[in-house]
Amino acid sequence: MSAARTPVIVGIGLSDGPVAPHLDAVQHHVVALRRALEDSGVRKADIDGYCCAGAGKSTSDPDDLAPMAEYLGIEHRWLDGTMVGGSSFEFFAQHAAGAIRDGQCDTVLMTYGSDLLSRQGRTLGSKGHFGRSARVPGPAQYEAPYGNVLIGAYAMAAQRHMHEYGTTPEQLAEIAVAVREHAALNPDALYRDPITVDDVVSSRMIADPLHKLDCCVISDGGGAVIMTTAERARDLRQPPVFVLGTAGAQTHWQISEMPDFTATGAAAAGAEAFRRAGVTPADIDTVQLYDSFTITVLLLLEDLGFCPKGEGGRFVASGALRLGGKLPLNTDGGGLSCTHPGMRGIFLLIEAVRQLRRQAGPAQVPDASLALACGSGGWLSCIGTTILGRDAP
Amino acid sequence: MNPDPAGGTTDDVAASLGRRPLPLPDNVSGPYWEAAARGEVLYQECPACGHRQLYPRALCTACAVEPEWRRASGRGSVHTFTVIRQNWAEPFRELAPYVVAIVELEEGPRMMTNVTGCAPEDVHIGMPVEAYTIAVEEGLGVPFWRPASID
Repeated sequence: MSAARTPVIVGIGLSDGPVAPHLDAVQHHVVALRRALEDSGVRKADIDGYCCAGAGKSTSDPDDLAPMAEYLGIEHRWLDGTMVGGSSFEFFAQHAAGAIRDGQCDTVLMTYGSDLLSRQGRTLGSKGHFGRSARVPGPAQYEAPYGNVLIGAYAMAAQRHMHEYGTTPEQLAEIAVAVREHAALNPDALYRDPITVDDVVSSRMIADPLHKLDCCVISDGGGAVIMTTAERARDLRQPPVFVLGTAGAQTHWQISEMPDFTATGAAAAGAEAFRRAGVTPADIDTVQLYDSFTITVLLLLEDLGFCPKGEGGRFVASGALRLGGKLPLNTDGGGLSCTHPGMRGIFLLIEAVRQLRRQAGPAQVPDASLALACGSGGWLSCIGTTILGRDAP
Repeated sequence: MNPDPAGGTTDDVAASLGRRPLPLPDNVSGPYWEAAARGEVLYQECPACGHRQLYPRALCTACAVEPEWRRASGRGSVHTFTVIRQNWAEPFRELAPYVVAIVELEEGPRMMTNVTGCAPEDVHIGMPVEAYTIAVEEGLGVPFWRPASID
Protein backbone atom coordinates (compact mmCIF):
# COMPACT_ATOMS: atom_id res chain seq x y z
CA MET A 1 0.00 0.00 0.00
CA SER A 2 1.24 3.44 -0.88
CA ALA A 3 1.92 5.54 2.23
CA ALA A 4 0.57 8.53 0.28
CA ARG A 5 -2.88 6.93 0.21
CA THR A 6 -2.98 6.04 3.90
CA PRO A 7 -6.44 7.16 5.10
CA VAL A 8 -6.45 9.97 7.65
CA ILE A 9 -9.15 11.99 9.36
CA VAL A 10 -8.51 15.68 8.74
CA GLY A 11 -11.75 17.38 9.67
CA ILE A 12 -14.34 17.15 12.43
CA GLY A 13 -17.35 19.27 13.24
CA LEU A 14 -20.12 19.24 15.82
CA SER A 15 -23.40 21.05 15.24
CA ASP A 16 -25.20 22.72 18.12
CA GLY A 17 -26.33 20.62 21.04
CA PRO A 18 -27.34 19.00 23.23
CA VAL A 19 -30.57 21.04 23.06
CA ALA A 20 -31.02 22.86 19.75
CA PRO A 21 -34.66 23.66 18.98
CA HIS A 22 -33.48 26.21 16.39
CA LEU A 23 -32.13 23.43 14.13
CA ASP A 24 -33.98 20.70 12.26
CA ALA A 25 -32.24 17.45 11.34
CA VAL A 26 -31.00 18.63 7.96
CA GLN A 27 -29.64 21.82 9.49
CA HIS A 28 -27.64 19.72 11.96
CA HIS A 29 -25.97 18.05 8.95
CA VAL A 30 -25.32 21.47 7.41
CA VAL A 31 -23.86 23.13 10.51
CA ALA A 32 -21.62 20.14 11.23
CA LEU A 33 -20.41 20.03 7.62
CA ARG A 34 -19.60 23.76 7.64
CA ARG A 35 -17.62 23.40 10.88
CA ALA A 36 -15.71 20.36 9.59
CA LEU A 37 -14.74 22.31 6.47
CA GLU A 38 -13.56 25.25 8.59
CA ASP A 39 -11.71 22.89 10.91
CA SER A 40 -9.87 21.07 8.13
CA GLY A 41 -9.38 23.61 5.38
CA VAL A 42 -10.85 21.12 2.91
CA ARG A 43 -12.67 22.83 0.03
CA LYS A 44 -16.22 21.56 -0.31
CA ALA A 45 -15.71 20.96 -4.03
CA ASP A 46 -12.92 18.47 -3.22
CA ILE A 47 -15.31 16.08 -1.47
CA ASP A 48 -15.87 13.14 -3.81
CA GLY A 49 -17.22 10.53 -1.39
CA TYR A 50 -20.21 10.73 0.94
CA CYS A 51 -21.83 8.59 3.60
CA CYS A 52 -24.73 9.10 5.95
CA ALA A 53 -27.30 6.99 7.77
CA GLY A 54 -30.79 7.97 8.76
CA ALA A 55 -30.42 11.46 7.34
CA GLY A 56 -32.90 14.25 7.10
CA LYS A 57 -36.53 14.07 8.05
CA SER A 58 -36.34 11.43 10.71
CA THR A 59 -33.66 9.57 12.58
CA SER A 60 -35.45 6.35 11.80
CA ASP A 61 -35.55 6.89 8.06
CA PRO A 62 -32.62 5.13 6.38
CA ASP A 63 -33.69 5.84 2.84
CA ASP A 64 -32.59 9.38 2.21
CA LEU A 65 -28.89 9.11 1.42
CA ALA A 66 -29.27 10.38 -2.13
CA PRO A 67 -31.56 13.27 -1.12
CA MET A 68 -29.01 14.35 1.50
CA ALA A 69 -26.18 14.21 -1.06
CA GLU A 70 -28.33 16.36 -3.33
CA TYR A 71 -29.22 18.82 -0.58
CA LEU A 72 -25.60 19.24 0.50
CA GLY A 73 -24.49 19.46 -3.13
CA ILE A 74 -21.99 16.59 -3.02
CA GLU A 75 -20.78 15.42 -6.43
CA HIS A 76 -19.69 11.99 -5.32
CA ARG A 77 -18.06 9.10 -7.11
CA TRP A 78 -18.35 6.89 -4.02
CA LEU A 79 -21.39 6.57 -1.78
CA ASP A 80 -22.25 4.51 1.32
CA GLY A 81 -25.58 4.40 3.13
CA THR A 82 -24.96 1.39 5.36
CA MET A 83 -27.62 1.52 8.06
CA VAL A 84 -26.87 -0.70 11.04
CA GLY A 85 -28.03 1.69 13.75
CA GLY A 86 -25.75 3.82 15.87
CA SER A 87 -22.54 2.08 14.79
CA SER A 88 -23.13 2.92 11.12
CA PHE A 89 -20.37 5.54 11.38
CA GLU A 90 -17.70 3.04 12.42
CA PHE A 91 -18.78 0.90 9.46
CA PHE A 92 -18.47 4.03 7.29
CA ALA A 93 -14.92 4.53 8.61
CA GLN A 94 -14.10 0.96 7.61
CA HIS A 95 -15.60 1.32 4.14
CA ALA A 96 -14.24 4.82 3.50
CA ALA A 97 -10.71 3.87 4.55
CA GLY A 98 -10.75 0.99 2.08
CA ALA A 99 -12.17 3.14 -0.72
CA ILE A 100 -9.55 5.84 -0.16
CA ARG A 101 -6.70 3.31 -0.10
CA ASP A 102 -8.05 1.76 -3.27
CA GLY A 103 -8.32 5.10 -5.06
CA GLN A 104 -12.09 4.91 -5.55
CA CYS A 105 -12.28 8.41 -4.10
CA ASP A 106 -9.97 10.88 -2.37
CA THR A 107 -11.98 12.81 0.19
CA VAL A 108 -14.94 11.30 2.03
CA LEU A 109 -17.48 13.25 4.06
CA MET A 110 -19.73 11.61 6.62
CA THR A 111 -22.52 13.59 8.26
CA TYR A 112 -25.16 13.01 10.89
CA GLY A 113 -27.94 15.18 12.23
CA SER A 114 -30.91 14.66 14.52
CA ASP A 115 -33.47 16.82 16.28
CA LEU A 116 -34.71 13.88 18.31
CA LEU A 117 -35.11 15.69 21.62
CA SER A 118 -36.74 18.81 20.24
CA ARG A 119 -38.99 16.85 17.88
CA GLN A 120 -39.99 13.73 19.86
CA GLY A 121 -39.01 14.30 23.46
CA ARG A 122 -37.47 11.68 25.67
CA THR A 123 -39.50 8.58 24.83
CA LEU A 124 -37.15 6.64 22.51
CA GLY A 125 -36.08 4.08 25.08
CA SER A 126 -39.46 3.17 26.52
CA LYS A 127 -42.23 3.86 24.05
CA GLY A 128 -42.31 0.46 22.35
CA HIS A 129 -41.61 0.01 18.68
CA PHE A 130 -45.11 -0.39 17.29
CA GLY A 131 -48.46 1.33 17.41
CA ARG A 132 -51.45 0.07 19.35
CA SER A 133 -53.24 -2.74 17.53
CA ALA A 134 -50.71 -2.51 14.68
CA ARG A 135 -50.16 -5.52 12.43
CA VAL A 136 -46.43 -6.03 12.25
CA PRO A 137 -44.76 -7.69 9.24
CA GLY A 138 -41.36 -9.31 8.89
CA PRO A 139 -39.14 -10.73 11.61
CA ALA A 140 -40.36 -8.09 14.08
CA GLN A 141 -43.74 -9.88 14.17
CA TYR A 142 -42.25 -12.45 16.54
CA GLU A 143 -41.42 -9.79 19.15
CA ALA A 144 -44.23 -7.30 18.61
CA PRO A 145 -46.94 -8.80 20.87
CA TYR A 146 -44.78 -8.89 23.98
CA GLY A 147 -44.27 -5.21 24.80
CA ASN A 148 -40.50 -5.11 24.93
CA VAL A 149 -38.81 -1.69 24.77
CA LEU A 150 -35.34 -0.60 23.71
CA ILE A 151 -34.08 -0.56 27.29
CA GLY A 152 -35.53 -4.02 27.91
CA ALA A 153 -33.28 -5.51 25.25
CA TYR A 154 -30.14 -4.28 26.99
CA ALA A 155 -31.60 -5.19 30.37
CA MET A 156 -31.86 -8.83 29.30
CA ALA A 157 -28.16 -8.82 28.42
CA ALA A 158 -27.31 -7.25 31.78
CA GLN A 159 -29.46 -9.78 33.63
CA ARG A 160 -27.70 -12.69 31.96
CA HIS A 161 -24.25 -11.19 32.56
CA MET A 162 -25.08 -10.78 36.25
CA HIS A 163 -26.30 -14.39 36.36
CA GLU A 164 -23.23 -15.88 34.71
CA TYR A 165 -20.49 -13.70 36.16
CA GLY A 166 -21.83 -12.12 39.32
CA THR A 167 -21.65 -8.61 37.89
CA THR A 168 -23.35 -6.16 40.24
CA PRO A 169 -25.54 -3.09 39.73
CA GLU A 170 -22.89 -1.08 41.58
CA GLN A 171 -20.22 -2.13 39.10
CA LEU A 172 -22.39 -1.08 36.16
CA ALA A 173 -23.11 2.19 37.97
CA GLU A 174 -19.40 3.02 38.10
CA ILE A 175 -19.48 3.38 34.31
CA ALA A 176 -22.15 6.08 34.54
CA VAL A 177 -20.25 7.81 37.34
CA ALA A 178 -16.98 7.90 35.37
CA VAL A 179 -18.66 9.26 32.27
CA ARG A 180 -20.50 11.93 34.30
CA GLU A 181 -17.16 13.01 35.77
CA HIS A 182 -15.97 13.66 32.22
CA ALA A 183 -19.20 15.42 31.27
CA ALA A 184 -18.52 17.89 34.08
CA LEU A 185 -15.53 19.08 32.03
CA ASN A 186 -17.61 19.67 28.89
CA PRO A 187 -19.73 22.84 28.85
CA ASP A 188 -21.84 21.32 26.04
CA ALA A 189 -22.79 18.20 27.99
CA LEU A 190 -26.46 17.76 28.84
CA TYR A 191 -25.84 16.69 32.47
CA ARG A 192 -22.75 17.92 34.34
CA ASP A 193 -23.50 17.59 38.06
CA PRO A 194 -21.47 14.82 39.72
CA ILE A 195 -23.26 11.57 40.57
CA THR A 196 -22.34 8.66 42.81
CA VAL A 197 -22.78 4.91 42.51
CA ASP A 198 -25.54 5.22 45.09
CA ASP A 199 -27.31 7.84 42.96
CA VAL A 200 -27.34 5.41 40.03
CA VAL A 201 -28.57 2.34 41.89
CA SER A 202 -31.21 4.33 43.76
CA SER A 203 -32.53 5.99 40.61
CA ARG A 204 -35.83 4.66 39.28
CA MET A 205 -35.78 1.13 37.86
CA ILE A 206 -36.82 1.26 34.19
CA ALA A 207 -36.25 -2.34 33.07
CA ASP A 208 -34.63 -4.61 35.63
CA PRO A 209 -31.72 -4.48 36.27
CA LEU A 210 -31.22 -1.14 34.50
CA HIS A 211 -31.99 2.08 36.35
CA LYS A 212 -32.68 5.47 34.88
CA LEU A 213 -29.06 6.53 35.33
CA ASP A 214 -27.84 3.36 33.55
CA CYS A 215 -29.47 4.81 30.42
CA CYS A 216 -28.14 7.37 27.96
CA VAL A 217 -29.62 10.81 27.55
CA ILE A 218 -31.82 11.90 24.66
CA SER A 219 -30.54 15.01 22.93
CA ASP A 220 -30.33 16.87 19.64
CA GLY A 221 -27.05 16.98 17.78
CA GLY A 222 -25.05 16.41 14.66
CA GLY A 223 -21.54 15.75 13.49
CA ALA A 224 -19.34 15.60 10.44
CA VAL A 225 -16.06 13.83 9.73
CA ILE A 226 -13.79 14.28 6.71
CA MET A 227 -11.34 11.55 5.72
CA THR A 228 -8.75 11.85 2.97
CA THR A 229 -5.27 10.64 2.03
CA ALA A 230 -2.11 11.30 4.02
CA GLU A 231 -0.75 13.05 0.96
CA ARG A 232 -3.63 15.53 0.74
CA ALA A 233 -3.52 16.09 4.50
CA ARG A 234 -0.12 17.79 4.18
CA ASP A 235 -1.78 20.93 2.82
CA LEU A 236 -4.57 21.03 5.41
CA ARG A 237 -4.96 22.81 8.76
CA GLN A 238 -4.95 20.04 11.33
CA PRO A 239 -2.49 17.30 12.21
CA PRO A 240 -3.82 14.18 10.47
CA VAL A 241 -5.22 11.33 12.53
CA PHE A 242 -4.35 7.99 10.96
CA VAL A 243 -6.98 5.31 10.45
CA LEU A 244 -4.92 2.31 11.56
CA GLY A 245 -7.42 -0.52 11.84
CA THR A 246 -11.12 -0.98 11.22
CA ALA A 247 -13.52 -3.91 11.36
CA GLY A 248 -17.19 -4.69 11.71
CA ALA A 249 -19.23 -7.72 12.80
CA GLN A 250 -22.87 -8.70 13.30
CA THR A 251 -24.20 -11.43 15.59
CA HIS A 252 -27.95 -10.78 15.21
CA TRP A 253 -30.37 -7.91 14.66
CA GLN A 254 -33.39 -8.37 16.92
CA ILE A 255 -32.54 -8.98 20.56
CA SER A 256 -34.38 -12.32 20.66
CA GLU A 257 -31.81 -13.61 18.15
CA MET A 258 -28.74 -12.67 20.21
CA PRO A 259 -26.78 -15.94 20.32
CA ASP A 260 -24.97 -15.21 23.60
CA PHE A 261 -26.49 -12.50 25.79
CA THR A 262 -23.13 -11.86 27.45
CA ALA A 263 -21.04 -11.36 24.29
CA THR A 264 -21.12 -9.11 21.23
CA GLY A 265 -19.57 -8.91 17.79
CA ALA A 266 -16.85 -6.74 19.34
CA ALA A 267 -14.93 -9.95 19.96
CA ALA A 268 -14.54 -10.41 16.20
CA ALA A 269 -14.53 -6.72 15.24
CA GLY A 270 -11.99 -5.93 17.96
CA ALA A 271 -9.55 -8.72 17.15
CA GLU A 272 -9.64 -7.85 13.47
CA ALA A 273 -9.15 -4.11 14.03
CA PHE A 274 -6.24 -4.73 16.41
CA ARG A 275 -4.64 -7.13 13.93
CA ARG A 276 -4.92 -4.62 11.12
CA ALA A 277 -3.55 -1.80 13.29
CA GLY A 278 -0.72 -3.96 14.60
CA VAL A 279 -1.42 -2.92 18.20
CA THR A 280 -2.94 -4.56 21.28
CA PRO A 281 -5.49 -3.42 23.85
CA ALA A 282 -2.65 -2.58 26.25
CA ASP A 283 -1.40 0.04 23.75
CA ILE A 284 -4.66 2.05 23.70
CA ASP A 285 -4.62 5.37 25.59
CA THR A 286 -8.35 6.18 25.55
CA VAL A 287 -11.56 4.48 24.44
CA GLN A 288 -14.70 6.05 23.06
CA LEU A 289 -17.31 3.30 23.47
CA TYR A 290 -21.00 3.30 22.61
CA ASP A 291 -22.62 3.97 25.97
CA SER A 292 -26.28 3.64 25.13
CA PHE A 293 -26.48 1.87 28.49
CA THR A 294 -23.89 0.98 31.10
CA ILE A 295 -24.06 -2.70 30.12
CA THR A 296 -23.12 -1.80 26.53
CA VAL A 297 -19.78 -0.44 27.73
CA LEU A 298 -19.12 -3.44 29.98
CA LEU A 299 -19.70 -5.94 27.17
CA LEU A 300 -17.60 -3.96 24.67
CA LEU A 301 -14.69 -3.67 27.13
CA GLU A 302 -14.65 -7.43 27.64
CA ASP A 303 -15.16 -8.35 24.02
CA LEU A 304 -12.49 -5.93 22.79
CA GLY A 305 -10.03 -7.62 25.14
CA PHE A 306 -9.43 -4.88 27.70
CA CYS A 307 -10.21 -7.47 30.37
CA PRO A 308 -11.17 -11.15 30.31
CA LYS A 309 -14.81 -12.16 29.67
CA GLY A 310 -16.71 -11.89 32.92
CA GLU A 311 -14.15 -9.58 34.56
CA GLY A 312 -15.71 -6.37 33.27
CA GLY A 313 -17.39 -5.53 36.56
CA ARG A 314 -14.17 -5.69 38.54
CA PHE A 315 -12.28 -3.89 35.76
CA VAL A 316 -14.59 -0.87 35.75
CA ALA A 317 -14.85 -0.78 39.55
CA SER A 318 -11.07 -0.28 39.69
CA GLY A 319 -11.52 3.26 38.39
CA ALA A 320 -9.77 2.44 35.11
CA LEU A 321 -12.30 4.39 33.06
CA ARG A 322 -11.83 7.77 34.74
CA LEU A 323 -9.38 10.45 33.58
CA GLY A 324 -6.15 9.51 35.30
CA GLY A 325 -7.07 5.82 35.13
CA LYS A 326 -5.49 3.37 32.71
CA LEU A 327 -8.24 3.62 30.08
CA PRO A 328 -10.22 6.88 30.19
CA LEU A 329 -13.67 6.36 28.65
CA ASN A 330 -15.89 8.78 26.73
CA THR A 331 -13.99 11.91 27.61
CA ASP A 332 -16.71 14.15 26.13
CA GLY A 333 -19.28 12.89 28.60
CA GLY A 334 -20.58 10.14 26.35
CA GLY A 335 -24.13 9.19 25.60
CA LEU A 336 -24.74 8.67 29.28
CA SER A 337 -24.31 12.36 30.12
CA CYS A 338 -23.46 14.48 27.06
CA THR A 339 -25.14 13.74 23.73
CA HIS A 340 -27.27 10.97 22.27
CA PRO A 341 -29.53 12.09 19.43
CA GLY A 342 -30.54 8.52 18.47
CA MET A 343 -27.31 7.36 16.84
CA ARG A 344 -24.06 8.14 18.57
CA GLY A 345 -21.36 6.54 16.42
CA ILE A 346 -20.04 9.71 14.78
CA PHE A 347 -19.42 11.37 18.16
CA LEU A 348 -17.10 8.51 19.13
CA LEU A 349 -14.90 9.21 16.11
CA ILE A 350 -14.96 12.97 16.71
CA GLU A 351 -13.91 12.70 20.36
CA ALA A 352 -11.16 10.19 19.51
CA VAL A 353 -9.79 12.66 16.95
CA ARG A 354 -9.88 15.54 19.45
CA GLN A 355 -7.91 13.43 21.92
CA LEU A 356 -5.27 12.46 19.37
CA ARG A 357 -4.90 16.07 18.21
CA ARG A 358 -4.50 16.96 21.91
CA GLN A 359 -7.43 19.36 21.59
CA ALA A 360 -9.62 17.91 24.34
CA GLY A 361 -9.00 20.73 26.82
CA PRO A 362 -9.48 19.80 30.48
CA ALA A 363 -10.53 16.27 29.40
CA GLN A 364 -7.27 15.69 27.54
CA VAL A 365 -5.65 12.31 28.16
CA PRO A 366 -1.95 13.20 28.51
CA ASP A 367 0.16 12.07 25.54
CA ALA A 368 -2.80 10.29 23.90
CA SER A 369 -1.39 8.56 20.82
CA LEU A 370 -3.76 5.66 20.19
CA ALA A 371 -7.53 5.79 20.56
CA LEU A 372 -10.21 3.20 19.94
CA ALA A 373 -13.79 3.99 18.97
CA CYS A 374 -16.34 1.19 19.08
CA GLY A 375 -19.97 1.57 18.09
CA SER A 376 -22.84 -0.78 18.88
CA GLY A 377 -25.84 -0.60 16.57
CA GLY A 378 -29.31 -2.05 16.91
CA TRP A 379 -29.62 -4.10 20.09
CA LEU A 380 -25.94 -5.01 20.68
CA SER A 381 -26.25 -6.31 17.12
CA CYS A 382 -23.77 -4.65 14.75
CA ILE A 383 -20.39 -3.68 16.17
CA GLY A 384 -17.88 -1.45 14.37
CA THR A 385 -14.37 -0.82 15.68
CA THR A 386 -12.04 1.99 14.56
CA ILE A 387 -8.47 2.31 15.85
CA LEU A 388 -6.96 5.75 15.28
CA GLY A 389 -3.41 6.95 15.83
CA ARG A 390 -1.46 10.18 16.01
CA ASP A 391 1.50 8.67 14.20
CA ALA A 392 1.75 7.18 10.72
CA PRO A 393 1.59 3.38 10.62
CA MET B 1 -56.56 -19.06 35.49
CA ASN B 2 -53.53 -18.26 37.57
CA PRO B 3 -54.27 -15.44 39.99
CA ASP B 4 -51.35 -13.09 40.41
CA PRO B 5 -51.10 -10.42 43.10
CA ALA B 6 -48.80 -8.28 40.91
CA GLY B 7 -51.03 -8.35 37.84
CA GLY B 8 -50.32 -10.17 34.61
CA THR B 9 -52.67 -13.10 34.99
CA THR B 10 -53.37 -15.09 31.88
CA ASP B 11 -56.82 -13.47 31.92
CA ASP B 12 -55.22 -10.03 31.79
CA VAL B 13 -53.06 -11.09 28.87
CA ALA B 14 -56.10 -12.33 26.98
CA ALA B 15 -57.95 -9.11 27.70
CA SER B 16 -55.15 -6.91 26.41
CA LEU B 17 -54.11 -9.02 23.44
CA GLY B 18 -56.48 -7.45 20.95
CA ARG B 19 -54.98 -4.04 21.70
CA ARG B 20 -51.38 -5.20 21.44
CA PRO B 21 -49.33 -4.96 18.25
CA LEU B 22 -49.94 -8.30 16.53
CA PRO B 23 -48.17 -10.28 13.84
CA LEU B 24 -49.05 -9.93 10.18
CA PRO B 25 -48.85 -13.57 9.06
CA ASP B 26 -47.01 -14.20 5.78
CA ASN B 27 -46.10 -17.19 3.61
CA VAL B 28 -43.60 -18.51 6.13
CA SER B 29 -45.07 -17.42 9.45
CA GLY B 30 -48.67 -18.40 8.72
CA PRO B 31 -48.39 -22.00 9.99
CA TYR B 32 -46.68 -20.81 13.18
CA TRP B 33 -49.53 -18.47 14.11
CA GLU B 34 -52.17 -20.94 12.94
CA ALA B 35 -50.66 -23.57 15.21
CA ALA B 36 -50.76 -21.17 18.13
CA ALA B 37 -54.47 -20.62 17.45
CA ARG B 38 -54.83 -24.41 17.94
CA GLY B 39 -52.80 -24.33 21.16
CA GLU B 40 -49.48 -25.50 19.76
CA VAL B 41 -46.00 -24.00 19.62
CA LEU B 42 -43.95 -24.89 16.54
CA TYR B 43 -40.28 -24.64 15.76
CA GLN B 44 -38.30 -25.54 12.65
CA GLU B 45 -35.84 -28.35 12.05
CA CYS B 46 -33.61 -28.80 9.02
CA PRO B 47 -34.10 -32.15 7.27
CA ALA B 48 -30.53 -31.97 5.94
CA CYS B 49 -28.38 -30.89 8.89
CA GLY B 50 -30.71 -31.17 11.87
CA HIS B 51 -30.35 -27.52 12.88
CA ARG B 52 -33.32 -26.31 14.89
CA GLN B 53 -34.45 -22.68 14.81
CA LEU B 54 -36.85 -19.93 15.73
CA TYR B 55 -37.98 -17.48 14.46
CA PRO B 56 -39.35 -19.38 11.46
CA ARG B 57 -37.62 -18.68 8.17
CA ALA B 58 -37.73 -19.86 4.58
CA LEU B 59 -34.25 -21.34 4.98
CA CYS B 60 -32.14 -23.16 7.52
CA THR B 61 -29.69 -20.52 8.78
CA ALA B 62 -26.97 -23.19 8.97
CA CYS B 63 -27.19 -24.72 5.49
CA ALA B 64 -29.92 -22.88 3.53
CA VAL B 65 -32.13 -25.94 3.01
CA GLU B 66 -35.89 -25.46 3.46
CA PRO B 67 -36.70 -26.34 7.07
CA GLU B 68 -39.59 -28.50 8.34
CA TRP B 69 -42.06 -27.75 11.12
CA ARG B 70 -41.90 -29.58 14.44
CA ARG B 71 -44.30 -29.37 17.34
CA ALA B 72 -42.63 -28.27 20.58
CA SER B 73 -43.33 -30.06 23.86
CA GLY B 74 -44.26 -26.74 25.46
CA ARG B 75 -41.62 -27.18 28.15
CA GLY B 76 -38.78 -24.71 28.49
CA SER B 77 -36.80 -22.50 30.80
CA VAL B 78 -36.12 -18.80 31.22
CA HIS B 79 -32.82 -17.94 29.52
CA THR B 80 -32.93 -14.28 30.48
CA PHE B 81 -35.62 -11.71 31.29
CA THR B 82 -36.39 -8.18 32.35
CA VAL B 83 -39.26 -6.51 34.18
CA ILE B 84 -40.60 -3.69 32.04
CA ARG B 85 -41.59 -0.94 34.45
CA GLN B 86 -42.05 1.86 31.90
CA ASN B 87 -43.62 1.61 28.47
CA TRP B 88 -45.47 4.63 27.22
CA ALA B 89 -47.30 2.65 24.52
CA GLU B 90 -50.81 1.37 25.17
CA PRO B 91 -51.86 -1.18 26.23
CA PHE B 92 -48.50 -1.94 27.86
CA ARG B 93 -48.51 1.26 29.88
CA GLU B 94 -51.32 -0.03 32.05
CA LEU B 95 -49.88 -3.57 32.22
CA ALA B 96 -46.49 -2.55 33.67
CA PRO B 97 -44.71 -3.99 35.52
CA TYR B 98 -44.62 -7.13 33.39
CA VAL B 99 -41.98 -9.67 32.40
CA VAL B 100 -40.41 -9.84 28.96
CA ALA B 101 -38.28 -12.96 28.69
CA ILE B 102 -36.27 -15.08 26.33
CA VAL B 103 -37.45 -18.65 26.84
CA GLU B 104 -35.38 -21.58 25.65
CA LEU B 105 -37.54 -24.48 24.45
CA GLU B 106 -36.38 -27.86 25.71
CA GLU B 107 -35.77 -28.65 22.03
CA GLY B 108 -33.23 -25.80 21.88
CA PRO B 109 -34.58 -22.79 19.98
CA ARG B 110 -35.36 -19.60 21.89
CA MET B 111 -38.20 -17.09 21.59
CA MET B 112 -39.22 -13.79 23.11
CA THR B 113 -42.34 -13.95 25.23
CA ASN B 114 -44.02 -12.77 28.40
CA VAL B 115 -43.87 -14.93 31.49
CA THR B 116 -47.22 -14.51 33.19
CA GLY B 117 -49.09 -16.14 36.02
CA CYS B 118 -46.64 -15.19 38.75
CA ALA B 119 -45.28 -12.05 40.33
CA PRO B 120 -42.45 -10.48 38.27
CA GLU B 121 -40.24 -10.81 41.33
CA ASP B 122 -40.63 -14.61 41.23
CA VAL B 123 -39.16 -14.98 37.73
CA HIS B 124 -35.52 -16.07 37.60
CA ILE B 125 -33.04 -17.37 35.05
CA GLY B 126 -33.34 -21.15 34.71
CA MET B 127 -36.96 -21.15 35.91
CA PRO B 128 -38.97 -24.01 34.35
CA VAL B 129 -41.88 -22.66 32.32
CA GLU B 130 -44.66 -24.07 30.16
CA ALA B 131 -46.27 -22.67 27.05
CA TYR B 132 -49.87 -21.67 26.61
CA THR B 133 -51.49 -19.88 23.73
CA ILE B 134 -54.31 -17.40 23.30
CA ALA B 135 -56.32 -17.31 20.09
CA VAL B 136 -56.92 -13.82 18.73
CA GLU B 137 -58.88 -14.71 15.62
CA GLU B 138 -59.14 -17.47 13.06
CA GLY B 139 -55.61 -18.50 12.07
CA LEU B 140 -53.88 -16.31 14.62
CA GLY B 141 -52.91 -17.26 18.14
CA VAL B 142 -50.02 -16.00 20.26
CA PRO B 143 -47.82 -18.15 22.51
CA PHE B 144 -47.06 -17.12 26.09
CA TRP B 145 -45.31 -18.91 28.94
CA ARG B 146 -46.02 -19.37 32.65
CA PRO B 147 -44.38 -21.19 35.54
CA ALA B 148 -44.37 -24.92 34.90
CA SER B 149 -47.07 -26.77 36.79
CA ILE B 150 -45.79 -29.28 39.32
CA ASP B 151 -46.58 -32.81 38.18
